[in-house]
Order: sequence, then structure tokens, then C-alpha cells
Amino acid sequence: MFKGVDFWPHKTIFEIMKVRKGFVLASIVAVALAIGLLATKGLNFGIDFKGGSLFEVHSASGPVDIAGLRKSIGALGLGDVQIQSFGSEDEALIRVEQQPGGEEAQQAASEKVKQALGDNVEIRRVEVVGGAVSSELKQAGIYACLSAILGILIYIWFRFEWQFGVAAILALVHDLLITLGVFSFLGLEFGLTEVAALLTLAGYSINDTVVVFDRIRENLRRYKKMALDELMNLSINQTLSRTILTGVTTALAILALFVFGTEVIRGFSFAMLFGVAIGTWSSIFVASPFLMWIGIDRNWTTADAKSISARA
Amino acid sequence: MLQFTRWKIIAIALICLTGILTALPNFFTEEQLKAWPDFVPKNQLSLGLDLSGGAHLLLAMDANDLRKDWQGTIREDSRKQLRDAKIGFKAIGATEKGVQIRLVKPEDRDNAVTQLKKLVQPIGNILLGSSTDDIEVVEGDSPDLIYVRPTEGGFDERVSQAAGASIETVRRRVDAVGTTEPNIVRQGRDRILVQVPGYDNTTKLKELIGQTAKLTFHAVHSRITAEEARQTRVPLGYKLYEYADEEEGVDILLLERPIVQGEDLVDAQPGFDSRTNEPIISFRFNQSGARKFGKFTQDNVGAPFAIVLDDKVLSAPVIREPILGGSGQISGNFTVDSTNNLAIQLRSGALPTKLTIVEERTVGPSLGSDSVAAGRIAGVIGLTAVTAFMIFAYGLFGIFAMVAVLINLILIVAVMSTIGSTLTLPGIAGLVLTVGMAVDANVLIFERIREELRNGKTPISAIDGGFSKAFGTILDSNLTTLIAAIVMFWLGAGPVRGFAVTLSLGIFATVFTAFTVTRLLASIWVSRQKSKRIAAPL
Repeated sequence: MFKGVDFWPHKTIFEIMKVRKGFVLASIVAVALAIGLLATKGLNFGIDFKGGSLFEVHSASGPVDIAGLRKSIGALGLGDVQIQSFGSEDEALIRVEQQPGGEEAQQAASEKVKQALGDNVEIRRVEVVGGAVSSELKQAGIYACLSAILGILIYIWFRFEWQFGVAAILALVHDLLITLGVFSFLGLEFGLTEVAALLTLAGYSINDTVVVFDRIRENLRRYKKMALDELMNLSINQTLSRTILTGVTTALAILALFVFGTEVIRGFSFAMLFGVAIGTWSSIFVASPFLMWIGIDRNWTTADAKSISARA
Repeated sequence: MLQFTRWKIIAIALICLTGILTALPNFFTEEQLKAWPDFVPKNQLSLGLDLSGGAHLLLAMDANDLRKDWQGTIREDSRKQLRDAKIGFKAIGATEKGVQIRLVKPEDRDNAVTQLKKLVQPIGNILLGSSTDDIEVVEGDSPDLIYVRPTEGGFDERVSQAAGASIETVRRRVDAVGTTEPNIVRQGRDRILVQVPGYDNTTKLKELIGQTAKLTFHAVHSRITAEEARQTRVPLGYKLYEYADEEEGVDILLLERPIVQGEDLVDAQPGFDSRTNEPIISFRFNQSGARKFGKFTQDNVGAPFAIVLDDKVLSAPVIREPILGGSGQISGNFTVDSTNNLAIQLRSGALPTKLTIVEERTVGPSLGSDSVAAGRIAGVIGLTAVTAFMIFAYGLFGIFAMVAVLINLILIVAVMSTIGSTLTLPGIAGLVLTVGMAVDANVLIFERIREELRNGKTPISAIDGGFSKAFGTILDSNLTTLIAAIVMFWLGAGPVRGFAVTLSLGIFATVFTAFTVTRLLASIWVSRQKSKRIAAPL
């Protein structure tokens, strides 16, 4: 019977905790860079959060005449208009900034653009988001991220000890900030679906971290005398093959989405793809050093063990 | 953990089988499904607007406008009430604090308050004891001042009514497009969501919604019936009108120039006749409407008049007595339901408040089907890649895991088809992602089994220990993802919600299949080994 290839060098123990200072430093630098980017360059918000209108057009007769569109739509005097090809030459995306003068001006502008586009191209998608809705969506997005973090913190606190919860959340915030930083650095559009990606990434990253923490807890009960950093290193190594394998399968699935999915979910799949990488990284190199740094009260494991043996 | 009782095996098999049967219709076209026998489930996943193509418009009502309108009504009611009670007042006007009334004599105030309190109507459910008043009468700072103002509850009720009326109007107008069932619902306090699948001409849709409906009251021709008019000729100034409710069938011959127009109608409410207990609709005109309608009804007692909405006759009741005060009742062959609907229609004849479009999202049909096709390709390739990898890493057990993942996907699709949740583009992403993440549970188990084997356990106890030790970890790690998914569902809008649904279902299905399907397959494999000394499977 074919057992599969166990390619992981299980005998090798990687001394991750010994060099943890380097990893933590690298992470702190990366987070600082991300915060700096977010503060100065900021995110390229999509119309979900910024308001404005968006038109996806398709030309049946060869490439879209982008220069022509730029001329005809630029002549409408609607402020900042961006036109770029989208996915293929036959498709183009037109973005018009939010119009001053409220919802009606916005609607009037979108109708003007539709008229200017005329019958030359097929309008495949129109999105017009007004000021009120976009600020609500932005608020909802921020609340969503914060409450997800809070919910996860409470859960881990409940299941583990508070130190684990704090370390896991630090690792999670680290992942989210760096992903956001990459979005800022590359100037990728950030909209509602990207928030969904961010939340999924939050779930994935914490999932990964919990697997390691679960093992640390198990080992804390088993090896009462082992030094904490050695114990953590052992736990990370014991779960390392799983962490990498799951990272690979998830990345494979997302890669299929990224390559074969439509242009519309490219931002989403990019965020997820990057998120899986950073989530895997952080659960190996960041979460446990954080936990080490916060410290664990090892008495509870003894108490716990006692109560278990008392019951038995 | 490898023992399964017989009933457990049956239960697992039943769940998987039901899942497969329920998900099956999604792989066939609607025409093919028609040929299926009735007892087979035929529900298909409904596609979200981003996949089916269609228009999504979010309309906002103007709450300030509603408040202003209502204050106007309160002012007129108060004026009438005080006049009827012969209480003198110097001034009455709408202010920020409500309608302010300045009395001539401060000593009249108690009496005036008593009179004005007669205007107060209870709202909410009286039977459940949760009722409040719609307006409140408050004494002002100086002894000659009284305020009459809407309560918060009263205003909320107004907004709800206006929303109901607007939805009714918008539905009637959108129905004119004649496409598939539009979905029109209230969203939040003062928003209305309009979704029209398969229709992407929002320019036309916006025109329809924005048009002002015409509510008019017409005189019915006193001698010639519609039938006669059709056979001979329609008299000058008259016109044949159809009934809105087609069941009534026959046309009716009306004077084309209306007696009163909808702009003059201030309110319409369903109610009951105090004498006969028949369901009725009471309505009220503004001053000019009251004058015109009063004169007409005085001259035409016993004759019918017609209430016409958008050139369709709603009803043609008989005038029982002159309606002079500007308010009256429409009685007829009504049921409680029909008075409710008609009152809504009357109120909504003209939209109760202006609707502004605050969000518009339209997807053309070709983009939608492209997305579905791309999603399908991505799904198949993702699944193939993950399967290949799992077989490479775990051999036969990798196949077990992928069987579990496949059943996992089938269960998600089955549940979504059953509960009627819509599949959106991010939802497809969620499904593809589930493929990648669902194997995690299996990876955790298999890695644990290998670890047990390395620690020198026998294959059977290693398999057993792998499943039982991985269980807690799998539960913990999936519950955290579930928290994120629930938050997404709770706060998300439209497509994001669709994603949250697939993700949450995926989590449940993952934990379920890993501990039933994979474990059952492993257990069957163990029991089929002939020799007592089983070779390590991983």
C-alpha cells in the first residue's frame, strides 16, 4: 500500500526559540513599516469605502479604446476619472470620484457616464456608492475587524490562559497590519471583499496559532520540568509539519482562485494568499516568542494536573 | 475511537446520502429537473445578483421630510380641535420642540390640554401591553404655551408606515418592468433595498421608481355604462378605465378630469365602521382638496365615484353622504386585508417622502456567467491540486481525506440549497477556500498518527490516538474561524454575508466529516486487514 511521502525531517529539531529575538525584531520592523505606510500613504480605498462610481465595460470588437474613453468621459467634468484596462485588453474599468453635491449629483454623474459610453461598449458592471453608505460600510468594516479580534481573544482566554490569548491576538494583529501594509505598499484597491479576506485571514492565522498553543499546553502538562523555551521549541517542531502542510493545501486552493478566478476577486485572493504565508510565518516565529515574552504561570498546569489525578 | 456502533454508521451514511440527494439538483438544468419525480428534492442554489446579473438599488427615505409633514398635520389637527372647543389662541406653528400653541388666556390651558389630548392615538400592540402614544401634549415654560409633538415611538411608527407605503409603491412600479420576482425589503430604519435579478437597465429602473404615481378621484358617468360606451362611442371628456384588480374585469366610464388629485390627500388609514363593524378606510384631504371633494359629494349623493391609481381604478364606492370636513370613509366590499392594502396604496399613491438612491450595483448577465464559469474552473483545479498533494503526502489515507472533503462540499451545497441561501462570488471563493482549509482537520489527524507511530505505538492504537488527540485541537482551531465568520455575517452586507454563510457551513462540515467520514473510512480499512499485524498505513 502507498503510504504517502513523509518528506518532513522529523528528526531535525529547528532551534527557533534560540534565535527568536531576530524573528521578533524582524516582525517589529515589518509592523513598524506597515504602520508607517498606512499612516503616510494610506490605503487605496475602493468605492465601497470612498464613495464614487465604477463602470466595467467590455468591447466586443477588439481592445477597448482607452484613450477615446478618457477623452469622452474626461470632457464630462466629473473630477478625478481613472480609466484602466481590466484583466484583458477587451475590458476596461472606469472609476469616477465621489461627486460634490450629494447623492443626486452622484446619480446624475453616473447617468452621464452611461450616456457617454453609449453603444460602443457593453457595460458589464456598475457600482455607485454614495457618501452616507460608504462611510457606514467603512465603519462596519472597522467594527467587524475589531469585534472579530475581540471575539477570538475572549474565546482563547476562555479555552487557555490569558497569556495565550494576548500572545495569539498580538500575532493576529501583526498579520493583519502587515497584510494591510502590503496593500498600501502595492497600492492595491481595498474594498468590502478585501475586508472579508482579512477576516478569513484572521480566522486562518489564529487557527494556525491555536494548533501550536494547544501543543504547548499539552507539553506543559507532560513535561513539568522542561525549560519553557525548550518546551515551546519542541511544541513548534512537533506541529511544524502540519503547519506547513496545511499552509500548502490552503495556498494551493487560493492559488487556483487567484489564477483562474475573475478579476473581481483577485484582490480577495491576493489578500488571502499573502495572509496564509504571513499567518504561517507568525504562528511559527512570532506567536510563541510573544508568549515566552509575556510569560506563563506554570502553577496552573500543576493544579490542573492534580485535580485531574484527584478525579481519577 | 475506531469503533462505530451499527446505528452510528447508518446515521452517517444517511446524512451523507441525504446531502448528496439534496445537492444533486444543482448539477442539472431546470428542464432536466422537470422530468424528475415529485418526491425527489429539486431545490437549486439561488445565485446572488453578482452571479445571475441584475440590479441592486438602495433607496433612502427622507426622515426629516416625514417629520415636517407630520408636524404640519398635527398643527392642522390642533387648530381644528381648539377651534371646535372654542378655545382662543394667538399663534400656532411648528418649532423644533414640536407644534407650539400660544393661548389667548393662560387659564384656558388645562381645558386646552384636555382637548388636545383627544388627538392622541395609541400605537403598537394594545393586547400585548406594549402600546405607547403617537403624540404627546406638553405644557410649555410660560403659562400660555402648549406643545404638541410626536413621541419617538410615534415617529418610528410613522417611518415604518412610510416605509411600508414606499415599498408598496416601488413594488408596483418595478413590477411594470415585468421581469422575475423583484426583491424589495426595508433595510435598517429608513432604507429600502430593491433587487431585480436578471435586469440590468438601472436607468429605466430609476425612472420607474422616481416617477410620481397619480392618485385621482373621478366622477363616474351617470347614465352610460362602459359596455354601452364601447359599443357606441365614448362621450367627450370621458374615458374608459380598467380596474387595477383584473378579477373585477369590466371597465368603467369616468370623467377624465379628476375631481381631486392625490397631492391633496393627507392620510389614509384602515379601520372599522363604528355602526356596522365593516372594514373601511378613512382618509383625509388638505384644505383645497376638502373644498373640492366636499362640493362634489354634496352634489352627487347616491352616485359612485372612482378612486384611480396610475390610471387604474382601485375601487368605485357609492357616496352615502356629503363629505364636507375633508375627511371621509370609503366602504365597500372590503376585507381587513384589502382595507390595509388599499390604505397603503392610497398613502403611497404619491410616495410619502422622496427616495434618494444611495447605492447602486448592477451586474450584466454576461459578467455573472463569466464569474460562475471562472469559479467552477478555479474550484475544479483547486480541488485537483489539493487532491494530488494529499495523495502524495498520505497515500490511501489522503484519498480518505479527499472523500471527506468532497462530502464536506456536498453537504455545504445541500444545506445552502435547502435553506435557500444565495451563492455569491465571494461565496464561491469561500467554497474553494474550504477545500484548502478542510483538509487541515485531516492533516492534523494524520500527522498525529505518524507521531504516535514514531513513538512506537502499534498502528491501530496510533490511528486511534491520532483521532482522539487531534479532536480538541480541531475543535479549538475551527471555533476561532467560526467566530470570524459569525462576525462577518453579523456586520457584513450582501456578498460578504454570502461568504460568511459558506465559510461557517464549511467549518461545521469540516469538523463533522473529519470525525465521521475520515474516521469511518479508516475504521473500515483497519477491520478489513486480514493479518493481525497491520502494517503502518501512514
